[in-house]
Order: sequence, then structure tokens, then C-alpha cells
Amino acid sequence: MYKSLTIRQKQIVWAWGFLALPVLFYTVIRFYPTGNAILISFQNWNLLGTRTWAGFDNYIKLFNDPVFWKVFANTFKYLLIGTPLSLLISFIIAYHLDQLRFMHGFLRMLYFLPFMTSAVAMAWVWRWFYQPVPTGLFNNLLASVGIGQIAFLNSTTNALPAILAPAIWAGLGFQIIIFMAGLRSIPKSYYEAARIDGVGWWTILWEITLPLLKPTIVFIVVFSSIGFLRIFDHVFNMTTNNPGGPLNSTKPLVLMIYDTAFSSFDMGYAAAQTVVLFTVLLVVSLVQLRILRDK
Amino acid sequence: MTVADSIRPTSDALLSVTAPKRPANMGQIIRWLLLFLGGVAMVMPIAYMISTSLKWPHEVYNVNLIPDEPTIENYTYVLEDGRFYHWFVNSLVIATLTTVSNILFDSLVGYTLCKFRFPGRYIIFIAILSTLMIPTEMLVIPWYLMSQQFGWLDSYWGIMFPGLMTAFGTFLMKQFFETVPDDFIEAARIDGLNELQIWWTVAMPLVKPALAALAIFVFLGNWTAFIWPLIVANSVDMYTLPVGLSSFGDEADVAWELIMTGAAISTLPTLVVFLIFQRFIIRGVVMAGLKG
Repeated sequence: MYKSLTIRQKQIVWAWGFLALPVLFYTVIRFYPTGNAILISFQNWNLLGTRTWAGFDNYIKLFNDPVFWKVFANTFKYLLIGTPLSLLISFIIAYHLDQLRFMHGFLRMLYFLPFMTSAVAMAWVWRWFYQPVPTGLFNNLLASVGIGQIAFLNSTTNALPAILAPAIWAGLGFQIIIFMAGLRSIPKSYYEAARIDGVGWWTILWEITLPLLKPTIVFIVVFSSIGFLRIFDHVFNMTTNNPGGPLNSTKPLVLMIYDTAFSSFDMGYAAAQTVVLFTVLLVVSLVQLRILRDK
Repeated sequence: MTVADSIRPTSDALLSVTAPKRPANMGQIIRWLLLFLGGVAMVMPIAYMISTSLKWPHEVYNVNLIPDEPTIENYTYVLEDGRFYHWFVNSLVIATLTTVSNILFDSLVGYTLCKFRFPGRYIIFIAILSTLMIPTEMLVIPWYLMSQQFGWLDSYWGIMFPGLMTAFGTFLMKQFFETVPDDFIEAARIDGLNELQIWWTVAMPLVKPALAALAIFVFLGNWTAFIWPLIVANSVDMYTLPVGLSSFGDEADVAWELIMTGAAISTLPTLVVFLIFQRFIIRGVVMAGLKG
């Protein structure tokens, strides 16, 4: 029967044969769960009892929950400090590294190495750095030069930046590499023309380099924003004794979702939080794309 | 081989040193020194992790980087305990199997979407691409319920199933199959190869650099994955390295040098692989980052 098909028909048979298993996978493991998460967000369910319809109760509860607003603010703090800071640092390093020949590969290796580490492992390393004397490295260094101690993870104001630091650190290497690739793709002739015209480096940077780097910048901004909005591994591991503490001052949305679902087993409420997370990610990405494209 | 070679120079050019050769002046030397110091600062956390894992307890809180009397006692202790050995094997098996699955399926789907014309092609492409927008965190609750229903909790399959195929990998591979000329495939068809053979023996060897990039990303992603294994692995023997390290560090009175040893065990394998295949991996990251 297969033999009697035309070449085009055979192609269709092969294509769908190749796609059968993947289509099943994407339907069952991606699309069905997405719908299911939205469905559960309108139900009350504690995993053991029966599922009952709750209408918009979970969402109303969420918007009246002071912890949620605290968590929402924290999530945006991670984003609004993390993204600009990592963008600025990685651009400065990439810009200068691009103009050096001597041991170029070695320097690049030093900056890239943290990207290859495991977030959980490095969260524990940084947690050790932040401990009070006589344990933590930072406070020991401060003590050895006679400066007072800093409470890092025990302070409601310092804990969030302290947790953000290793998250920024781990992502820098990737951003630097992407920036350098972007810098390389700018045609040399542009710079030569500018130099012949006697334009200064500052003007070259603002009039040539940055405008031509825009696709790279858009990519890094969107990519790193999604990462900071979904921060979890670092927070969870640096505050295991009191997840998201002290006093919820470091708790991001994903940690709240994890706690609600797998410590309180309030599946409906947790699902509503995941729908909010999805909406936040979508809106932030779209707004960034709109703003950065227009300029 | 011409196609693979034609891909390589572009990504190689992105990595080659293009700074003009010029006599070292004061500005360049200062720039180099500052970048060098910054680079040293970047690797300090890794250096301190390794250094502390080689220290005796009495020396741990000393800020010196080089241990006075290095010891592998911490490693013997942690490995004799047996749990880290289990977790290491679990992580290795899970990351390897997931990588193989992604290599096969992402490239098969990417190839089909790129080289076949059939009804539904565009819809399938858009549908797969749209899953990129759905965050994992939204799916963990339904995945957990699914695993509970089918008895997948606490098993390799349970940890692996969500990542067996990825939209990112599919999209990356589709982009790279665009560089394989249709003439090659047509010629193979005339030679009497069937479509599966053409994909495997003609198209796949031409996109090896992309396959390597995909493998690096998927392996690293699964080796360091945390939230889903944390949810689905319940017994200590089923933990992966990150989940195991997290619970180990949280135990009462566990010494910092032992936590650093555990951290080193879970992060050194990827670092060593990176140091060996450095150029290759950075090229892969650039390709995946720019094309994916």
C-alpha cells in the first residue's frame, strides 16, 4: 500500500510518523498541564479531600493577602536591581575585554567559569561567606581589617541584596560572552570611518556601538529578567532554616508557590499564584520588547 | 563536511581576538590589570569552596586561601557516608538520559519541521514554540498530580519525564537544519535511502556542532536542576546532587567544610569538563544563545 503513494504522500506519512511521539509528549506534558493549572486555580483542593469549585475565591484571597504583596514587591526588587546591574557590569567587562589581546582566552575563562557551577552548590558557598564571625569569610575579613560586623542574611534589609549577589555573579559569564559576540558582529568599517572623521570614543560608544548592539541588549534584558523573576534556588538554599526569611523579606513568588503547594498542600491557592506568575512573566517580556524595539 | 565547515567560521569569528596589535601602553596595561583582578574575584567563590573542602576543621575559619596542611579527609568522610555517591550516580544517569532524549527528539522534530512539507506543519511549529512562554513553575503542580496518579513519584522516570523534549532544543535544531542543502537530501533519496536513514546518516552529521551545543545546555540544565527533583524525589536514595546537598546542608550541626566538600563534588565535574573543552563550550553557548 505504501508503494502506491505519491512522493508527496509518502512525505506526509513520514513527517507524521516522526512527529507522533513528540506531539503526544507536548500535548500530555505541556498543554494539558497548562490547562489543568488554570482549572485548579478555580478550585479548592488540599490533595486528600475532594475538589470543589471555588470560583474566583483563590484570586480574591491572593489579592487580600498581605504576604502576597510583600512577595510581589520582593520579586520585582530582584528584577529591578538584578537586571540593570548585571547588564551594566557585563557590558563594561565585555567592552574592555574585547579590546585586549594579551591572555584574552584566559581572562574570558575566568569570567565564564561561574556559569558552569550549580546554583545550589554556590548558594551554600555564599551562605557560608555571609555567616557572622567566627564562621563567615566576609565578616572574618572585615574583622581582620578592624571594621565592624555586617549582618547579611539575618537582616531584613541586607538579606535580599545578599541573596541576589550570587545570582548576578553566576549569570555574568553568559552575558559577557553574548555581549562579546555582539561586539564582534559590528563591522570594523564603521569604526574606521568614525576614526577618520575624528570622532571621540565616547561618541563612538553612544552613536555606533550601543545602537548596533540593540538586538543583543534586548536578548540579554529579556533573558535575565525572566531569570530574576523566577529566582528560587538561591533563596531556598540560603534561607533553609526559615525559607524566604527573615520575616518574608527575601521570599520571591516561586518560593511562595512552593510553600503553598508542597508545605500547606493548598493546591488551588498555589495554582492561582502560578497563573499570576505566568501573567507577570508575559507582561514584563512584552513591555520590554515594546520599549526596547521602539527606541 | 562543507556545511559544518561553513557554520564554524561564523561562530569562530565571534570568538577570535580582533583587538589590533599595538605596542603596550600604560592605558592597556591598567585595563589588563583591572580585568585580571575582576576575573580573579569572579573565581574566588569557587577557589574558596575547593580550598575549604581541603582543610582540617581547625583551619576552616582561617581566611587563607591555601590550606596549611591540605587533606582529603573531608572527601573520604563524605563519600564513605554513601549518600553523595548515590546522588552523584542519580544525577549522572538522569542528566545523561535526558540529554540523549533531547538530542534524538529535538533534532528529529526540528528536522521534520524544517525539511518536510505537510499539512499541519505551521500549527505544530507555533504550538511547540508557544510552550517556551509557559514557566516550569506553572506546570509542577499538574506534573506532581500526574506523577502521583501514575505512580511516578520517587523514580528516575518521574524526575526525567518533564524534560525529555524541549521547545528550545527543537527551535535551535530547526535553525541549524536550515543550513543543510535540500540537494543533499534529494540525492540521498535518489540513492534509495529511506527518510529515517537520511535524517540519521546525512543530516545529523552535518549539524554536529549544534548537537554538541544542545547537549551542553541540556546536560548542565539537568545536572543543576533543583525545583522539580526537590518536589518529585521523596526518599533520600532518589535525590539528585542539588537536592541532596540542600538537605545535607540543612542537617543540624553539619560542619561547613563538609558542606563545601559536597558543593565541590556537585560542581567540579562540570567545571573540569569546561576546562577541557573550553573553546568548544563557549562556541556552543554563543551559538545556542544567538540562534535559540
